[in-house]
Order: sequence, then C-alpha cells, then structure tokens
Amino acid sequence: MSVFWSEVHEYLPFLLSGAEVTLQLSFISMAGGMILGFLTATGRLSGSRLIRWPLEAYVEIWRDTPLIVQLLLIYFSLPELGIILPAFWAGALGLTLNLSAYLSEVYRAAIQAVDEGQKSAAISLGMSPLQIYRRLIIPQAFVASLPTQGGYFIALLKDCSLVSFISVNELLRHATIVISNTFDSMNTYLMVALIYFIMSFTSARCVSWLERKLTPSRHTKGGVANVMPEAVEGITP
Amino acid sequence: MTTAAPVLTLQQVYKSYGSHAVLRGVDLTVLQGEALFIIGPSGGGKSTLLRCINFLERPEAGSITFLNQKLCQHYRSHFEIAPEKQLRQARARMPMVFQQFNLFSHQTTLENVMEALLTVKKLHKDQAVILARHALDRVQMLQKQNNYPHQLSGGQKQRVAIARALAMEPPVILFDEPTSALDPELVSGVQSIIRDLSAQGLTLLTVTHDQAFVQSTAHKVCFYADGHIVESGPPEQIYNTPRTERVRQFVHSVSARHH
Repeated sequence: MSVFWSEVHEYLPFLLSGAEVTLQLSFISMAGGMILGFLTATGRLSGSRLIRWPLEAYVEIWRDTPLIVQLLLIYFSLPELGIILPAFWAGALGLTLNLSAYLSEVYRAAIQAVDEGQKSAAISLGMSPLQIYRRLIIPQAFVASLPTQGGYFIALLKDCSLVSFISVNELLRHATIVISNTFDSMNTYLMVALIYFIMSFTSARCVSWLERKLTPSRHTKGGVANVMPEAVEGITP
Repeated sequence: MTTAAPVLTLQQVYKSYGSHAVLRGVDLTVLQGEALFIIGPSGGGKSTLLRCINFLERPEAGSITFLNQKLCQHYRSHFEIAPEKQLRQARARMPMVFQQFNLFSHQTTLENVMEALLTVKKLHKDQAVILARHALDRVQMLQKQNNYPHQLSGGQKQRVAIARALAMEPPVILFDEPTSALDPELVSGVQSIIRDLSAQGLTLLTVTHDQAFVQSTAHKVCFYADGHIVESGPPEQIYNTPRTERVRQFVHSVSARHH
C-alpha cells in the first residue's frame, strides 16, 4: 500500500484544511467580484462617457490578460511600489478584480435584457428611474443571471488553484507538500480532484436550488453546468 | 345637461421620428367621466398619441394640459416640457393599460398591484394591501392574488393590469389596445370590466380596433388618421352618419370586414 493511504488520517485533514482556504478565497472573491461587477455594470450603463470609458478599459484589461500573470503582478510586483499584501489577500484581490470584469458583462447583459414593456409600465405608474432600477430591473436581472453567475463561481473555485503559485496555502499547494513527503502523486492528485469535484458539484446543486427558489415558475433541468467565462464573450461590443 | 370639466386637453400636439411626422397637430379634450375612444387605421400613430400624453414618448410641439396643469407648452416661443418630477406625479394619475399587459413578471398579482402604491404613493404596506385587494376584487381577480403572471391567462393578466391602474385611484386611465392581444373568447370579459368601470364614472381614454367595443362603450369617438383627429362625435354619428368621406370609407371597410 502506498504511503498516502497508510498515512491518510494525517494527509486527508491536511488536504481538507487546504480546501477550506480554497473555499474561503472563493467566497470572499465571489462576494467582492459581485459587488464590484455590479458597480462596474451600473457605471457603464448609466454614466457619462467620462465614467464609461475607464470602466470599459478596466473590463478589457482584466479579461484580456491571464489570471496567473495578474496574480503574479499583484503579489510579486506591487511590493516594488510599496504595496505589500499577504499572499492570501493578494490572491483574493486578484481573483476579485478578475471576476468583477467578467461578472460586470454578465450583469450588463442581464440588465439590458429586462423587458422594455415592464419598464414602460413602471414609468407609466409614476415610478422614478431609481425605483425602477431597484425594484424591477435589479431583481429580474439578478435572477436571470443566476445560472451564469453559478458557472462563474465554479470556475472561480477551480481558478483558486492558481494562487498556489503565489504561495497561498490552499488545496493544490497542500497537495504539492503531501507529494513531496509521500512521492505518491497519483493518489494525492486523485484525492485533490475528488475534493474539487465534490465542492464544485455541491455548489452547482446549491445554485440550481437557489434558482428554483427564486423563480417559482421555471423548473430548470440540469442546473448549472460548468459555464466557462467564454460563454459570455459574445456580448462584448 | 351639465357641462363636465375637462380632465385632459391637447392642443396642436406634434411628434415626429426623424423626417416622419407621426402626430401633426392633434387637438383633443377628454371630459370628466367620459369614455373617449380613438379609432382609425393601423400604423397611424394612435398608440404614439397615447404614449405622448403620459410622456413615455416626448411630444415635440403643442400643449398638453392635465387637471389644469401644463405638462408641456409653448412659452415665449420655446417648447417646454414640465420637470420630470411633475411628469411622474401626472403619470401616477393617468396610468396606462397596455396591449401586452406588461405585468411585473417577478411579482405576484397582489405585489404587482401594490408596487406603485408603495413606491409612488408611499403608502404603508398594510394600507397598500387593503387597496390592492380591493382593486383586484373590482376586476374579479382576488382569488388569484398569490399567483404569478405566467400562471394567468391573457384575460386574467389584463384584468390584473387594470387593477394595477385602478389601485392608484386615478382621475383617468389610458387603455392602449387593451384586448388586441387576447384570445377571442377572453375579449368580452375584459371589455365588460372596462364598460363597468366607465359606468361607475371612471374617465377613460382608449385606443382600440374593436368597433363593437367602441359602439357599446364610447361616449365620444375620435377618428384619427394621417396625424390628426379627422372627425369626432358620439358613436351614432361616427358609425351611422359620418360627416367626412374619410370616416365614411373607414366605417364601410371595417363593417365589410365583419360581415
């Protein structure tokens, strides 16, 4: 029997503690990405050219450079400018900024897809633009974009493995440490893959459940698959 | 006969899209308690006319007076539209019922009717519930208060849309082809509700293609074509003894289609 399995009572908790960091990173980055993405989408749709142009540049820059390069820049190069972040927060910042660029496009498309007739109805009842945004457009756009957001969350969960490159002690980095002790890459990586699968699969089920709960009508079959970022590339102007 | 006060007055209202003039000087007066119907050929801008009255579209010239307030007018040779806040207050007092219903799809029937009571009239929730239920009851939709729009038939959706307008207790309701999108068997139910509301004294301004509906409900009919009101009068005049050739032809063509 391999060293990994004979010492599994020691290595599995170690891997799981790494998985816990992965989950923490994912939730923090998702929350940050959603807030920042929403603000970016709102700014791009409502603002003057002065607001829109920098936001468009922001979105393009984060989408058109590799995440790993962004992470390396934030962790290794920002300190040269005097900005020193602990590895975990450097990773969270990179993931948040990257995700916000993608989510802002998701939100923008969902906001623009809200039925014009319903907007007209709201206007004709005397509602103000802000009220219409808050009470009609945001709730509908949020629910409509849930499956895509869920896909991005799962992609994020897996992208977290990239932060092992900047020495964040998450799942993949813990796996590397286990392998250097056991020399059993096969079993360790299989275990890591299984843990990622369980986390992703559970997230997908949770998002489907949320989606069903928020749209009492549509019983979406299958739920969120791994909708990759490319899925929304088409909406870039 | 006592003369009723005008609720809404349009004078020489003009609107164009690019080089295409849709409204070319529309004059119209809606009196208190009146059921005024606008008829005329399709694609002539009847819906645009309604949408200019509540400023879903911006008229470009002329004046609109609603409850003695100028919503737009010419002032020292400038065309001025009232500030947005005043327009919103006016819209809340002349809500519109649409051909495609336009119910808020993420809200239940009751929430749909409550929405503007909460946000526009700023009523307390308890009071909004009472008024919304009352409005739903008037259109016989109270039993569906917890259903979502997608669970309703077209006729039921339109009745909820009417309740949503009614709940605002408006002096006038605008109806934009309220039964055009309905299955034939659902049309009469919605029409009889509108007729009842009129009988109860509600002022209504309706655009429709349904001539039988006009003849059974209208106090006054305006024939609209080519950007202006060609002829107006009681339904008997328009349908039986029209004074203009244009109206005579139209009435003849629509009655030929029905027989």
